[in-house]
Amino acid sequence: MIAAAPLAASQGCASAPVLRERGQREVFCGLTGIVWLHRKMPDAFFLVVGSRTCAHLLQSAAGVMIFAEPRFATAIIEERDLAGLADANEELDRVVRRLLARRPEIRTLFLVGSCPSEVIKLDLSRAAQRLAGAFLPDVRIVNYSGSGIETTFTQGEDACLAALVPFMPAHPAACDQQLLIVGALPDIVEDQLLRLVRDLGITNVACLPARESRDLPPVGPNTRFLLAQPFLGETAQALEDRGAVHLPAPFPFGAEGTTDWLHAAAIAFGVDEMHFRATVAPGRERAKRALEHSRAQLEGKSIFFLPDSQLELPLARFLHTELGMVPIEVGTPYLHRQHMALELAQLPSTTVISEGQDVDKQLDRVRASKPDITVCGLGLANPLEAEGFTTKWAIELVFSPIHGFDQAGDLAELFARPIRRRDVLRV
Amino acid sequence: MQLSVWTYEGPPHIGAMRVATGMTDVHYLLHAPQGDTYADLLFTMIERRGKRPPVTYTTFQARDLGKDTAELFQSAARDAVARFRPAALLVGASCTAELIQDDPAGMAQAMRLDIPVIPLELPSYSRKENWGASETFYQIVRTLAVGDSSRPAPRQAGSPRPKANLLGPSALGFRHRDDIVEIAKILAALGIEINVTAPMGASAADIARMGEADFNIVLYPEIAETAARWLEKTFQQPFTKTIPIGHGATVDFIREVAALANVDPAPALNLPEARMPWWSRSVDSTYLTGKRVFIFGDATHAIAAARVARDELGFVVCGLGCYNREFARDLRAAAAEHGVEPLITDDHLEVEDAIAAAHPELVLGTQMERHIAKRLSIPCAVISAPVHVQDFPARHSPQMGFEGANVLFDSWVHPLVMGLEEHLLTMFRDDFEFHDGAGASHLSHGTTKTTPVAEPVAEPVMADIAAAAPVLFASGSVAAGGDVLEMTRWTAEAEAELKKIPFFVRGKARRNTERYAEERGLASISLDTLYDAKAHYAR
Repeated sequence: MIAAAPLAASQGCASAPVLRERGQREVFCGLTGIVWLHRKMPDAFFLVVGSRTCAHLLQSAAGVMIFAEPRFATAIIEERDLAGLADANEELDRVVRRLLARRPEIRTLFLVGSCPSEVIKLDLSRAAQRLAGAFLPDVRIVNYSGSGIETTFTQGEDACLAALVPFMPAHPAACDQQLLIVGALPDIVEDQLLRLVRDLGITNVACLPARESRDLPPVGPNTRFLLAQPFLGETAQALEDRGAVHLPAPFPFGAEGTTDWLHAAAIAFGVDEMHFRATVAPGRERAKRALEHSRAQLEGKSIFFLPDSQLELPLARFLHTELGMVPIEVGTPYLHRQHMALELAQLPSTTVISEGQDVDKQLDRVRASKPDITVCGLGLANPLEAEGFTTKWAIELVFSPIHGFDQAGDLAELFARPIRRRDVLRV
Repeated sequence: MQLSVWTYEGPPHIGAMRVATGMTDVHYLLHAPQGDTYADLLFTMIERRGKRPPVTYTTFQARDLGKDTAELFQSAARDAVARFRPAALLVGASCTAELIQDDPAGMAQAMRLDIPVIPLELPSYSRKENWGASETFYQIVRTLAVGDSSRPAPRQAGSPRPKANLLGPSALGFRHRDDIVEIAKILAALGIEINVTAPMGASAADIARMGEADFNIVLYPEIAETAARWLEKTFQQPFTKTIPIGHGATVDFIREVAALANVDPAPALNLPEARMPWWSRSVDSTYLTGKRVFIFGDATHAIAAARVARDELGFVVCGLGCYNREFARDLRAAAAEHGVEPLITDDHLEVEDAIAAAHPELVLGTQMERHIAKRLSIPCAVISAPVHVQDFPARHSPQMGFEGANVLFDSWVHPLVMGLEEHLLTMFRDDFEFHDGAGASHLSHGTTKTTPVAEPVAEPVMADIAAAAPVLFASGSVAAGGDVLEMTRWTAEAEAELKKIPFFVRGKARRNTERYAEERGLASISLDTLYDAKAHYAR
């Protein structure tokens, strides 16, 4: 043990044991991904085939957005659909026809599987093929599952993007090496990162998802891809199956994270080191200056992450290395060892890494360790506040622009604000 | 399959959660897949509760499907009972678990727990939230209330004060918290003791002694009626039928309660906070007369609102509907009384079409109708669940009792005053002090659109505005190029005059005038045509 200690310290949590738990999970299902994915792909429609519960979840998750003519809906399975499968397929076709007749501008229709549709084994991939016959070339019909039994929260995006990979055109081997940035990012963040990449001299660059759902970028053995989001295991696998090569990198959070992420691309594309440094320097310095605003509030503070989005590890790394916070436990719904290796290595070896959840036991650990701030879902946030804990609700981290140099300060502020609020309130 | 973007009601297990969360010491074990915990945040965020709902989810995942889920269920049950030590355990399945047929009731009963286990059969593919709440409350009462139909519980004969149970308030109920306060005030004035309020605030022990009351007060039939009928049968407790929403209904309710308790109603009829009748009689309210109002919500609130609208504010009900089919009969009866077609649907697109067709000047509805009204630029107030976080206010704001009537007056009239304000601003918009962008109050995009929305109660409204500010009609030139001239056959003069008409009746005035001109084969619409049409359609 003693001999192993220096090694463990130098590798952070890279080889630390992971606490794996099973029990009640207080997490969203993958359907929730629709709420931000449909904003990213304005010509796509997401039709969930599920129960009233699924519709109710989307309504609760989408909040006020549900009233802005959203491009998602639920085909609610009713009692008579359960009577026989053939009937359910006909019903689905009827709903899809009605929907597409009403919304002729839709170019991609996602048939999204849910727990009920998976359990009754309604074959949505067959349905997608069947309907494609009727609607191609106007509408492409794609199927993926966002069910709770298979996916947790952001894994819905993973399943969606992985389903798009087979539709990506082939990138001819003779063409220039291409960089693919994978993961839905707010447009403004995507533009910033694309600008930086192009300034580095990498001109053949594309994003998945693309802003137009039908303008899918090509993929092939000459494709190098960077993951912008940590929850894209299946998508990465699907891209690798088509010959693309993953560029291992930390995720682009904070000044250092963004630098390292861009550096991975720079190396792969043979960008001159001096040119790389000169290109990233202004953004990197700006990010560091912006982080200073929150440092006084965050330095030395302890933080506990409950599992939610798989963003927990990269965010804990950012808060630790760039703002001096002390992670107590970092929970993640799913740990992709390989994609997370560079993140784990930078966390202090004292951090508990947990995968999965038994929420009551985990809350006992929160209470015992008394963190300065706890990152958790909205079902737990107010109850923990009522017990005297300061919380940061996790979903905001998925909806807000937080990647890249110019969002580093905003990202730190998301964690600093609840602490500052706790300090200013006199009620 | 039903294509749906918005649902008025959640699935039935949400109703069960509302009952469990309202109570103090029951726990609900819900056999459900990972992800169904989303429902917790309805309680922690919308209702802003500082405690997690007393619900344990088994959270099964794909890899658990098969034999494993039963074991998962039983270990979750053991853990929940050990950790939370509830006085009773509700067990049931969510929609997905219903499909895998694990039989939560059987599994829980086989465990021989030392507390009552109440199995819930909630058919998710045919029933909804209110039904789930009602069924859950009924099963709890049935299981826990002491006695059975053959042996009524001993009533304390000659008890000094009559006792009543208050039935129906639950977690996530629209203004349930404050309604209880108002009803308690009335009962205190009448000298009636509240035996048990349930489900809100009740423990399993409270439910057990419900039979001790002399009668029941049903505040929300959607949740309480089934249980009240069972209590009537079992303990011979009659229950109230009047919903005390509005001044008149509150008076009727007090008389009904007093009769059931055999006490004098007078002390409760003269409570000092009953300001609504005078507010409604005061001359400032004259312009409310004949305003066309469209009402939609749960049946109880919608029917009560229709009575208040017609009898206490002098509105005309031009549409009445509800989303809960269980109370369709009551709603149909009320609609017949108001002479309108009943609208019973849970499809918000149908509601939107009905509202657009009825051209109301005020919409009373749920969160959804608020958004429909916003889109159509019609004033709106919320009268029923589903509601968003702002309708779980910090301040006291009941719907029931005399204070509730005050709240109704303020909250329904407020958007109308805002509408008038908005109109005045629009009229002023060409004045140098008011630029075009200065308009909006709550109708964020109402100022620049000329959506044809309202029926012509134009005359009283216009007269009212003219009386209030006659100078308005004389002042202010009409800017060219404000609205696009769709109908070229309007003369410039008539078009300019049309723009002086309040925006919320302008569309109707335009249509009426055009119809009038068409019927008479007039080639163009002059100033005279406009006023001829106005006279023709005047009521």
